[in-house]
Amino acid sequence: MKVLMFGWEFPPHISGGLGTACYGLVKGMMQNNQEIIFVVPKLWGDEDPVADFVNASNIEIDYRERRFQEVWKNLTYLEVSSFLVPYLGPEEFSKFTDYSEHDKFDVEDSVFAQKYTFSGKYGKDLLMEVSRYALVAAQIAKNKEHDIIHAHDWLAFPAGIAAKQISGKPMIAHVHATEFDRSGEHVNQQVYDIEKAGMEAADRILAVSQLTKNTIVNRYGISPDKITVIHNAVMDTSIIQHNAVKRVPEKIVTFLGRVTFQKGPEYFIEAANKVIKRDPNVRFVMAGSGDLLHRMISRVAELRISTKFHFTGFLKGADVDEMFAISDVYVMPSISEPFGISPLEAVRHNTPVIISKQSGVAEVLHNAIKVDFWDIDSMADSIFALLHYEGISRMFKELGSQELKKLKWEHVAKKVIDTYKTTINQ
Amino acid sequence: MRTICFYFQVHQPYRLKPYRFFDIGEDHDYYDSFGNKNIMRKVAEKCYLPMNALLLELIEQHQGKFKVCFSISGTALDQFEQYAPDVLESFQKLVKTGHVELLNETYTHALCALKSKEEFHDMVKKHQKRIKELFDGYTPTVFRNTELIYSDTIGEMVAELGYKAILTEGAKHILGWKSPNFVYVNAIEPKLKVLLKNFRLSDDIAFRFSERGWPDWPLTTEKFVGWINQLPEEEEVINLFMDYETFGEHQWAESGIFDFMRHLPEAVMKYSNYTFSTPSEVVENIPPVGKIHVSTPISWADEERDLTAWLGNDLQDEAFDRLYELEELVKASDDPDIQRDWKYLQTSDHFYYMCTKFFADGDIHTYFSPYENPYEAFINYMNVLSDFMLRLKKVKVENKL
Repeated sequence: MKVLMFGWEFPPHISGGLGTACYGLVKGMMQNNQEIIFVVPKLWGDEDPVADFVNASNIEIDYRERRFQEVWKNLTYLEVSSFLVPYLGPEEFSKFTDYSEHDKFDVEDSVFAQKYTFSGKYGKDLLMEVSRYALVAAQIAKNKEHDIIHAHDWLAFPAGIAAKQISGKPMIAHVHATEFDRSGEHVNQQVYDIEKAGMEAADRILAVSQLTKNTIVNRYGISPDKITVIHNAVMDTSIIQHNAVKRVPEKIVTFLGRVTFQKGPEYFIEAANKVIKRDPNVRFVMAGSGDLLHRMISRVAELRISTKFHFTGFLKGADVDEMFAISDVYVMPSISEPFGISPLEAVRHNTPVIISKQSGVAEVLHNAIKVDFWDIDSMADSIFALLHYEGISRMFKELGSQELKKLKWEHVAKKVIDTYKTTINQ
Repeated sequence: MRTICFYFQVHQPYRLKPYRFFDIGEDHDYYDSFGNKNIMRKVAEKCYLPMNALLLELIEQHQGKFKVCFSISGTALDQFEQYAPDVLESFQKLVKTGHVELLNETYTHALCALKSKEEFHDMVKKHQKRIKELFDGYTPTVFRNTELIYSDTIGEMVAELGYKAILTEGAKHILGWKSPNFVYVNAIEPKLKVLLKNFRLSDDIAFRFSERGWPDWPLTTEKFVGWINQLPEEEEVINLFMDYETFGEHQWAESGIFDFMRHLPEAVMKYSNYTFSTPSEVVENIPPVGKIHVSTPISWADEERDLTAWLGNDLQDEAFDRLYELEELVKASDDPDIQRDWKYLQTSDHFYYMCTKFFADGDIHTYFSPYENPYEAFINYMNVLSDFMLRLKKVKVENKL
């Protein structure tokens, strides 16, 4: 059985969680001896060779193939060139604008060129790139033999649909996040339409959590029978013994992630305010950047808690590890989180976690406190409890690490392969 | 008698270095010594050294008929000693001529007049002492509060300390129909004379000099003397108050600002009946015309001429209140590093960087700020303050033991 897989990004060149999840899955597939042709818009050459990579930028399209014109007819969303990633933080935003300011070209010409170099980013030509990617997918589907098609998230859905049109093989749509998770109620209609078309065209849908499955059923009108829930996993399940030394005497409670609507940073602040009022021996840290950062800083100043509530800005690499290591409690108050890998990272650092019930990870991580994102009283109580009642946090540390060992990509890949088989046999 | 009174504010803050959350509890050195030194050297070369040389030349050339006055903040003096002893020397030379007056202010150019009388006294005394040390026993008799911040009650405090006059802004909203070109007295304590900045003529030099969109550009000495000659005969004093960094730093040498200043004294003496005076000469020679009422504090900053450049938004108020909550603990400690850091952290610039009035006056705030935005300024300051609080707590515990 050969799998033709379409992604959008792959480590180390990623800007979101999608690339990481694809990497984990593909690696797990390799452990299960599953062959994969993995297509990305742009390859950088330093990817871990875990699959048969295809660089879409190197594919020449043979326009003599008539069926491609039919593929093209379905791609009606080409003309748009507006920013499509509304949840970007200021740093990321400027990066994307930097990108999109260079190489201006005539849309039609470049899309119909024989070869086209993708940026592989999320710039203002995103929809155009998504369309071009679908054309390339059609060409690849013609050239490469395969038994099943697997497309990750909306960016690759048109590619999956196009490939299916050419080869007639069954298609799997893998949903890692929906437009509702990214934008709340203010969805981008075009993105929504692409998502829906992908879900409808697919022979089977994989959802990263029950929560995501519910969204697909309720918001996209898809039959629940068509959806299989397969949770994500962690790349490395070992416990990290970090020798970071805490330099402040107080306990540390941490929020680490993008400071955006989806992540619920304001609920963390309100809960922090309640705890600080009762317990002088604690500091709160909000690590990360995003479009709500300035508003959050103002709120902390307004609450007059800023000598106990700190902002680190965007952290990377060793600083992330150190932050996890010196934290006594990790909180993920996400309003809508299809899965959410970072609490598992916290567990790897032996840090007890509080997660919102509105996160997919809550379905697999049992040794954690779960609260509704809006319930700041309960969040404050939980923080206080984990800080003061050693018993719970000790238990979480022990059991959490055991639980982690079950969350391997190898197991996830096995389930995905089983799904391939049943889908092909249908 | 009609006279012109030049006053220059000389100030440099101790800017903080990027201080991260991870530094709290470990790193107690808060200052950006590299950046502070660089800025000091840059301003020294562009402004302090050439302008001091020019002033010395003019004073000598006019045999004392041309005179000016300075207020040099303690943090500027400290940094002269550290990074620019040549600048300090040139100021000492100027003061020695006897035609340069020095004013007192709060040591670290702080906002403590708004918060704590005790700290205000302490800061003023410290500045007095420093001036005395560095300038051959010089003792100022006129006061200038940080950024010309003034109110009736601040004036009262200054009078209590024995000063005979104070400088402030001739803000439109307190003057109404009155002219800034007279001497006034404090509304509570009439012993204290109040000199008001003529902001139109001051800002023509300080802000508009090189502005090509300004209808009166280029500003020449003839034009300027023409303007002051048009003022009503009975108006007696024109107070030209400005940042000293106007010369060569805000207005570049290429704009002709040095040439303008080189020729202004001669033009004034030749083509008008104005003389030059220092503030203490002004209040000695010109009788006051009445009281000036200032119930809420004014300053020389921004369009509003109020305190909103430093205080009023949540970031600023939080930082300010947290800082002054520590007063009692700091005073109880006898650790000289704690004392020094608390004073340096009071410097008004730290709060200026947190100003969010972006769109009108924000540009000037951004120009002076080492931070990308007010939020960054706030976070950095609060990280430093959090470490400072930890140190303070430790000292307190040790004292108890």
